[in-house]
Amino acid sequence: MGGFEYMDHTADVGIVATGEDLKEAFAQAARGLFDFMADMSVVRETEACDVSVTAPDRDALLVAWLNELLFLCEVEHRYFSRFEIYEMEETGLKARCYGEGFDPARHRLKSGVKSATYHMLRVEDGSPARVQVVLDV
Amino acid sequence: MSGKARVPLRQVDAYRWEVPQDYKDGMQVPGLVFATETLMEQISADNSLDQVANVACLPGIVKASMAMPDIHWGYGFPVGGVAATRVDDGMVSPGGVGFDINCGVRMLRTDLTEEEVRPLLEPLVDALFATVPSGLGSSGKIRLQGNEIDRVLAEGARWAVEKGYGVPEDLEMSEAGGRLPGADPDKVGTRPKRRGAPQLGTLGSGNHFLEVQVVDEIFDAEAARVMGVEQPGQVAVMMHCGSRGLGHQICDDYLKVMDGAVKSYGIELPDRQLACCPVESPEGRDYIAAMYAGANFAWANRQCIAHWVRESFAQVFGRSWESLGIRQVYDVCHNIAKIEEHTVDGRSTKLCVHRKGAIRAFPPGNPDIPDRYQGIGQPVLIPGDMGRYSFLAVGAPGALEESFGSTCHGAGRAASRSAAKRILKGRDIQGEMAQQGIMVKAHGWDSLAEEASIAYKDVAEVIEACEQAGLSRKVARMRPLGVVKG
Repeated sequence: MGGFEYMDHTADVGIVATGEDLKEAFAQAARGLFDFMADMSVVRETEACDVSVTAPDRDALLVAWLNELLFLCEVEHRYFSRFEIYEMEETGLKARCYGEGFDPARHRLKSGVKSATYHMLRVEDGSPARVQVVLDV
Repeated sequence: MSGKARVPLRQVDAYRWEVPQDYKDGMQVPGLVFATETLMEQISADNSLDQVANVACLPGIVKASMAMPDIHWGYGFPVGGVAATRVDDGMVSPGGVGFDINCGVRMLRTDLTEEEVRPLLEPLVDALFATVPSGLGSSGKIRLQGNEIDRVLAEGARWAVEKGYGVPEDLEMSEAGGRLPGADPDKVGTRPKRRGAPQLGTLGSGNHFLEVQVVDEIFDAEAARVMGVEQPGQVAVMMHCGSRGLGHQICDDYLKVMDGAVKSYGIELPDRQLACCPVESPEGRDYIAAMYAGANFAWANRQCIAHWVRESFAQVFGRSWESLGIRQVYDVCHNIAKIEEHTVDGRSTKLCVHRKGAIRAFPPGNPDIPDRYQGIGQPVLIPGDMGRYSFLAVGAPGALEESFGSTCHGAGRAASRSAAKRILKGRDIQGEMAQQGIMVKAHGWDSLAEEASIAYKDVAEVIEACEQAGLSRKVARMRPLGVVKG
């Protein structure tokens, strides 16, 4: 079973995520992103949304994936609690994301994130697979 | 997160430290950090000095990769970094501006005194909290129709003033008049516009704030008087925010463009986040035109917020804002790259000056500062933290000679956000601040804990280091009375 944890960084925050394979590690990194932004224990899975991203390489794919989710969150005010990456190559992935629209009465937001960055970016395939990314917050 | 690099330092004098050029392969120039010995101890504790060395690897960088005394570890560029590259054959790097393009500070002065404001502080802070949208995911009250966003991107604060948010004098009292010419809305994609347009006129979250402050000490009475700061006890307002999601997305989009182009220009970089392109390349020119548009959005944003601040004061005090003497002291940006002329090796040279967490600080007599300030130098607005104080300063001649006309931008973080939350766990921050006479309104405990005094260095030490290094001179110190946090 994979998971994620946060790493201290003076001004920002890092996420280290692991999984049985890269698909799971990427999904765990996404969970880490949303868990940093909001209390995910109260976000229900009432909506699903398909996301498709491409990037020049696997490292950049992690940044593109998280930034696409951030964009959706900020523009459509949606929070996602579960991610199924059903297709993944070096330069692209397709995923179905489950969550719901922001409800100020029920949801509690914690912190804002401006972007995922390329700083100290790491994507390591293997068992387990491990990824690391720094967020600008 | 990973091992800390051991960076060699050569102390030049009491306020200057050099990172030798031979520390790292690829450094084009040495690093130069302005700091006292005490501050250097804190600075050396994280990886920011290694980042100073990384920035020194940017092709076309001149003199030195510089850092102000409030430097701390960022992503790619250190926060508090200044890097100037030759326009002719140097690079522009979106990472040298950051995601929050034209994050900056605006200060308003008033005729009110602490005595007059104290009894109405609660309704005032409530009114500001209600009138200025803030917090995570906040949307603004301004509805931009059709292509109006393009006008905001092209015109900046001028767009806002034309719409009735403020007066022309506000533009004069802003860096670059609140509008960078050369901004091209067509170079900003649809994603930044979609993300940012609904956020125009919002404070945001994180370290962004709106503070009612009181002047508690004046160091230079004449310069203070010119800026409308007459005496201790006088009330002022300071706000800190930037270009919101619009700027973040511009940076994100162009980082991708430059990340892809780096190889084709044969550029080798020690950190991918430093991705850059020649200033005079199609990618470089497009980024600058888009980044300037993002900067203009930020000026329009602060202009709208300042207008609502004036309205809130007028409502609470039952008088017009004009009769309360609410005038703009100045507005500065601290995340920007601008094309400026500076003297390098005795010759005037066109440079792309990246200020990532640094403020322009032009000295008296500089043609780029308003007539009113010609005799004292450009106002420099330096927030500290919400529990202590902030400073009003002016640019000094040393800045132009040494740091491409730049000085520090704030206190600099001393503790990470999570460390601050760990330390303050279970504490009633709002209540403790109320006991100190500071009324705080925020959207949650987390944002208060992350921004508490303990998370920051003492800005007074930072200001002092800049003063002793000859970059800027302090004019007045303000302490907070009321704080609105995002």
